[in-house]
Amino acid sequence: MISLTEAPFEPGALLTAFCAGRDETGAVASFVGLARAEGGQASILELEAYPGFTESAIAAFAKDAAARFELQDWRIVHRVGKIAPGEAVVFVATASRHRRAALEACDFLMDWLKSRAPFWKKEHGPDGARWIEPTAQDRTDAQRWD
Amino acid sequence: MARVLLFGRLADQAGWREREVAADSLAALRACIANDDAELAEALAGPGVQVAVDKALVRGEASLAAAAEVAFLPPMSGG
Repeated sequence: MISLTEAPFEPGALLTAFCAGRDETGAVASFVGLARAEGGQASILELEAYPGFTESAIAAFAKDAAARFELQDWRIVHRVGKIAPGEAVVFVATASRHRRAALEACDFLMDWLKSRAPFWKKEHGPDGARWIEPTAQDRTDAQRWD
Repeated sequence: MARVLLFGRLADQAGWREREVAADSLAALRACIANDDAELAEALAGPGVQVAVDKALVRGEASLAAAAEVAFLPPMSGG
């Protein structure tokens, strides 16, 4: 399931809920991305989504990932709007019978979310605001799986 | 009427995010926008800008049903 939220979320509570009632799972991997202050250069991160379109694109990609890695389940929560340094931006959890699939699927989902998911990112800093494009490293990370 | 949505830097450039435009095709819609703001029309046709009609990506020309939603998406940055 994918959710976009403008409100801050608590990653621990999401992970607890995701792990509940899984007597045939064996492995849950999770990742939490936090907004960085960049030494004061980024006071606020602003993420824009296209409601409806962004969730559909993420869900379609995650369903492919679930088939590729034989996941039993996955959960993605992504912030939109204005995010302060230290706040969680993204939560990803994957469930599988064995750890390797869960860990790799989590990594795979994050590489795509960081580089190709339909978000537009603006960094507000002391010198004003600027739109951020994916970094070369983000693109290289995503291409590892192509 | 089509409902036009702009995202990211395109919305900043235009000074608006959402507008109704009377057009029955993408070409007519682009011409209508160009009439009002030629620089914006150029940016909407710029490299890497994708177009979605009713939340599905389209390439090239498309006809627009009544009350279609047309979104111009600059290169996606990821989250």
